[in-house]
Amino acid sequence: MDLTQGTKEEKNGRAKKMMLWFGIISLVMSFAGWTSAFVVSSSRPDWLKDFQLPNAFIISTVVIVISSISFLLAKKALKASNYKATTLWLILTFILGLVFIYNQFAGFQQIINLGYNFTGPTSNVTMSYIYLIAVVHVLHVVVGLICLLVVIYNHFKQKYTATNMLGFELAATFWHFIDILWVYLFLFLYFVR
Amino acid sequence: MSAHADTHGHDDDHGHHHKETFVTKYIFSQDHKMIAKQYLVTGTIMGVIGVLMSMMFRMQIAWPEEPNVLFEALLGKWAPDGVMDADIYLALVTIHGTIMVFFVLTAGLSGTFSNLLIPLQIGARDMASGFLNMVSYWLFFLSSVIMIISLFVEAGPAAAGWTIYPPLSALPMAQGGSGMGMTLWLVSMAIFIASSLLGSLNYVVTVINLRTKGMSMTRLPLTIWAFFVTAIIGIISFPVLLSAALLLIMDRSFGTSFFLSDIFIQGEVLHYQGGSPVLFEHLFWFLGHPEVYIVILPAMGLVSEIMASNSRKPIFGYRAMIASILAIAFLSTIVWGHHMFISGMNPFLGSVFTFTTLLIAIPSAVKAFNWITTLWKGNLQMNPAMLFSIGFVSTFITGGLTGIILGDSALDINVHDTYFVVAHFHLVMGISALYGMFAGIYHWFPKMFGRMLNKNLGYIHFWLTAVCAYGVFFPMHFIGMAGLPRRYYTNSNFPLFDDLANVNVIITIFALIGGVVQIVYLYNFFISIFYGKKAVQNPWRSTTLEWTTPVEHIHGNWPGEIPHVHRWAYDYSKPGHDVDFVPQTVPLKDGEEELQH
Repeated sequence: MDLTQGTKEEKNGRAKKMMLWFGIISLVMSFAGWTSAFVVSSSRPDWLKDFQLPNAFIISTVVIVISSISFLLAKKALKASNYKATTLWLILTFILGLVFIYNQFAGFQQIINLGYNFTGPTSNVTMSYIYLIAVVHVLHVVVGLICLLVVIYNHFKQKYTATNMLGFELAATFWHFIDILWVYLFLFLYFVR
Repeated sequence: MSAHADTHGHDDDHGHHHKETFVTKYIFSQDHKMIAKQYLVTGTIMGVIGVLMSMMFRMQIAWPEEPNVLFEALLGKWAPDGVMDADIYLALVTIHGTIMVFFVLTAGLSGTFSNLLIPLQIGARDMASGFLNMVSYWLFFLSSVIMIISLFVEAGPAAAGWTIYPPLSALPMAQGGSGMGMTLWLVSMAIFIASSLLGSLNYVVTVINLRTKGMSMTRLPLTIWAFFVTAIIGIISFPVLLSAALLLIMDRSFGTSFFLSDIFIQGEVLHYQGGSPVLFEHLFWFLGHPEVYIVILPAMGLVSEIMASNSRKPIFGYRAMIASILAIAFLSTIVWGHHMFISGMNPFLGSVFTFTTLLIAIPSAVKAFNWITTLWKGNLQMNPAMLFSIGFVSTFITGGLTGIILGDSALDINVHDTYFVVAHFHLVMGISALYGMFAGIYHWFPKMFGRMLNKNLGYIHFWLTAVCAYGVFFPMHFIGMAGLPRRYYTNSNFPLFDDLANVNVIITIFALIGGVVQIVYLYNFFISIFYGKKAVQNPWRSTTLEWTTPVEHIHGNWPGEIPHVHRWAYDYSKPGHDVDFVPQTVPLKDGEEELQH
């Protein structure tokens, strides 16, 4: 593919999408930093070998995967120019995002109930890592929700069409990224001891 | 965003009907050329601060604990009776390193020239996102301001070294500079990283997507290749520093034990347990080593371009140059352990890092030989930009050779954290990158400001700087091999080092002269912006696209259609042509073959 070709609009759309992808690479690197720190720290004497991830995390994993699917369906509906269905799927995605965050905090509460605070003398480094990684991920979900709000607003203003949906696509890509990122983090935290 | 695209969507009339106010033109500008100048001026100011600091602590090293009116005037309460305080000495070393590495040689160098040259040399109207580009600059500005503010907090600025190893950086009560100064350092650097990432994202996607027709990747000037790869390294490595910084902030302010182990301070036992500062070193140097290539690669790109243009010869081994840039970039991410040979690392792991580190010598040597062979039998134009480029190759080789010694774990352990290391990295990345930056400024000043820098002042600047740079850093190798540790406030307590005191005086004298000489450059720079000789469109008779734009800057770069590209960037002295350079916009003649070495 010759990337020097194309109109200014095509070049700009391509550039914006690619910018998001490179941004995702940099986010992946920061999470790679934390998860590798997690692996390195697992040889510490005070590391918890037999911790259980809270049940709420399992629910939230299922929720965020469904939210990704509903975003996909919203895009499909938009491509079919089905305005109403798009609205419905977008709002469902947004609600599922909120449910995800609620479940993450429920998970934190479950860890606290086990007797592990996240910082201070009653903390344990394993749980500190889990807390930190999950909270930073939640921050990304919040960013994703803000993007989603903008998309819903623009959708109400009827800005997107089946052929012109750059902002929609960018938000969708980011949403799928934070979904896949959480699934990775969950599996990582589940299997790496 | 889509509204923006609508009004700016037409390719060729871009920028002609903008009403620009002072604020949108000079302050919150989205024009890459103005942002480049903003980066350059901010970087220059930070550079003056950084160099002043080095001159001050050099005086302390040469004449330890002697009263000095300068200290009294500049340091105030940190120099009671004019004697520099030990705490502020460490802080000066720390902030000097931080400012020079990040604010001058990363943002000042890469920010200036990536912004100026990427759109101009690839044939684009502007960056992919002018808005993000503006945000990137203003975040950099904000982080610079915070870094300067941190110099004025009561307990002193950060003083844990520019590498901010815990526990000095993790325990606010560890020393004066570990408190508010360290917090501000972290805030400033977090903003800096965000700025750098936004900039890098823009550079990468602009190079990939916004090239003009005919500008294939193998027709790009080497400057663009260097900026492109630099930005990719930045995207990969800076986030890891951010990860480390967040863990550090958690340890500092929220009581976790990621990097802190059992420790007691001022008689008080702290609750931390089990953490390891070595983990921080790993995370830090995973950024820290690529960072030195973020500093040096843009300088390499600038030097390649300037050397070809001023030798009136094609760059030797164009594809080998690209391959070596890529090889250096790849290797830079797997060598960080050579900064940590004495951290208790497994000796086998040390030998692995030694191996990968020594591999870097191969692409580096390819580049050095290609520069020398570019000069070979060239029609050399010895202007200041060319002198600084040759100076770059000289210091890069000198500093690079000691890199081979330091990359070897068996040898490194003997000279680790001595002035040998200081000499090595100042020559190979500090002075070299600075030379690259000066070369770039002398070469592209006409493009930035439409006027020429004074040549004679440039010669004076180069020769005095070159003599002083070697005068400072050559002797440092010897005092390093004699065992003098870096970062010590004074060496007068160790009879072992008494013999080295005179060498330190000589180094300091060279450092002071070298610092003062930069006034010549600053005078030249700021006076020439307003009163320099008016520049012609293509003063160096170069082939690349930026010299086809009008001298007066216009938003959108080219008044008409963007020119198309028909050949690579290095058609100098090509047989069969009347002039000794053929711009990239000239179509191939009948039967002419495109050169690509």
